[in-house]
Amino acid sequence: MSLIATAPGNSLIVARARERATVHSNVAGGTPRAAGAVRVDAGAPVLTLQSISLSFGGVTALDGIDLAVAKGEIRAIIGPNGAGKSSLLNVVSGLYRPGRGVVQLGSERFRHVPTARLAAVGVARTFQNLALFKGLSVLDNVMMGLVHCRRAGFVRQILSTPQARREEAKARAAAEEAITFLHLGAVKHQLAGGLPYGILKRVELARALVARPRLLLLDEPLAGVTLGEKRDLAAHVRNARDAYDTTIVLIEHDIGVVMGLSDRIAVLDYGRKIADGSPDEVRSDQAVIDAYLGVAHEGETELVI
Amino acid sequence: MTTPIRSAAVRWFTPNRFGLAVLLITAYAVIPFAGSDYLLDAVLTPFLALALAALGLNLLTGYAGQVSLGSAAYLAVGAYAAYNFNLRLPGLPFLASLVAAGFVAAAVGIVFGLPSLRLRGFYLAVSTLAAQFFVQWALTKFGWFSNNNPSGVIDAPPLAVAGLSFSGAVGRYVFSLTVVVVATLLGTRLLRSQVGRNFMALRDHEVAAKVIGVPLLRTKLLAFGVSSFLIGVAGVLWAFAYLRTVEPAGFNLDRSFQILFMIIIGGLASIRGAFLGAAFIVVFPLLLSRFGAALLGNVFDSGVLEMSQRIVIGALIIGLLIAEPCGLIALVDRVADKIRRRVFPPQSRPIHN
Repeated sequence: MSLIATAPGNSLIVARARERATVHSNVAGGTPRAAGAVRVDAGAPVLTLQSISLSFGGVTALDGIDLAVAKGEIRAIIGPNGAGKSSLLNVVSGLYRPGRGVVQLGSERFRHVPTARLAAVGVARTFQNLALFKGLSVLDNVMMGLVHCRRAGFVRQILSTPQARREEAKARAAAEEAITFLHLGAVKHQLAGGLPYGILKRVELARALVARPRLLLLDEPLAGVTLGEKRDLAAHVRNARDAYDTTIVLIEHDIGVVMGLSDRIAVLDYGRKIADGSPDEVRSDQAVIDAYLGVAHEGETELVI
Repeated sequence: MTTPIRSAAVRWFTPNRFGLAVLLITAYAVIPFAGSDYLLDAVLTPFLALALAALGLNLLTGYAGQVSLGSAAYLAVGAYAAYNFNLRLPGLPFLASLVAAGFVAAAVGIVFGLPSLRLRGFYLAVSTLAAQFFVQWALTKFGWFSNNNPSGVIDAPPLAVAGLSFSGAVGRYVFSLTVVVVATLLGTRLLRSQVGRNFMALRDHEVAAKVIGVPLLRTKLLAFGVSSFLIGVAGVLWAFAYLRTVEPAGFNLDRSFQILFMIIIGGLASIRGAFLGAAFIVVFPLLLSRFGAALLGNVFDSGVLEMSQRIVIGALIIGLLIAEPCGLIALVDRVADKIRRRVFPPQSRPIHN
């Protein structure tokens, strides 16, 4: 790991310095790519968040979040329920508009990420409670992941012109590949509506992967499945990063699961980032332990009923 | 292992295609000769027109998930547009008027589909009522549409395509059948393409569809456009092949509901369901009235008889939808599956990876 083991406060500074470096390198034009075996490329963040704040009415969901995700890393964002993890992902995918701050995806900077262009920018995501198309087969669901590449209009599609046929064949081949990769071959012609939850989690992963996104956002990819499926899914996520050469940001509230899976972990609590570092650093961080186990604050009186 | 040629032939010649072929041969080669004028004129031609309308609505509601209560308006637009194209552009072939009428209906459908960009479900359904009332009002209010007929009635000219007359009962039936077959074919192709997948994605999860890059605006308006195109063409058949004299009042809200019931009873998001639903709604009341008249004709007068038919049909619809919420088509498929299992016991199939 290239990250110097320091206190979380320091790593934040490192992250901020890196953000500035990125802005600089983007102005210079082109994204530098580190050659060699080091997968985590510290030079070119795929995703950069700069002081993102978001509030719903009077409730502050996110408060000045800074985050830089390097190319090729698996970055977990963890935190207790209501810490703002999903809100953060929704800001990155443009479903929420942040009150303040900038989201930078590759070389493009956004105050509000345009959701309709998300796939074209190279970002794919999954959802916490599955967002599959129940009335479509698994194969069709996965093919939907390439919808943003389709150029042939509906008249061409009805007439099945060479262009339309070529696009369809290409999408089908890519979908078949993703389906094989995630071992979904046996169910590919079944409707998504009737399949078990663990399999659907993989279908959603396949739909997100098929477009070969530069950045893959996974909202609780391991939640709600059995322990065995959890292990499988974690392996799939890691393999997906390697085989599809992508960068992954995933959300979990189960701190144990992500320790072995992630390269780096950011911890949110009450909408603030309280730690950001390698799994070992985060594990021993006092603020993280406090957030997860609770801490008795001075001057707080227990309510006795 | 079979040889590739044979397996390809076997794959092409599926039971479904066999059934379709039998149906088409019957519809083209048997019914025109064996069917009585009553059957062709009063049963099959309206069935075909309404089935096409149901197919159009099913595309929008069943596949793309956008509820519409304005179907009858698009029927009317199609009918009146074809009438005016025919009247005001004398050299225009009838088929061109038919297609142009479809496009006019599509344009009207797209305009009234605009609220779908903001509204969903019941709210959208209510807003589509605007089409229903506006079109009926406009056709009655502005005499131009009906060539200044005081009550807005139009008389369709006899059907003729490329010099061939389709004015008899058989001719009008064959013409309707051909139009419906072609339109159904195009609709099927559309639904099997990426656009069809986009429709269903929109219906099943709009947010996910947006995130992966389905162009929501274009897809929704396309669904409204294609749907009202088909319904508009159905309106041309309704006016030119079936009734031949139509008035705006004939395209009222009842008709819209009738088409909606067809797809709910037949089965949402199913092409065969649209046809089954149309058959049920068109044929069943006729059967019931024959049956009722024969059985109770000398006990009750015709008014009581008609009332009791409505009650029976209503009860049947409720019973059917409780037994099979997915519509008649699911019922038919289940029965067919049972028969197939009995005739051809299931073999263990290899799992294709």
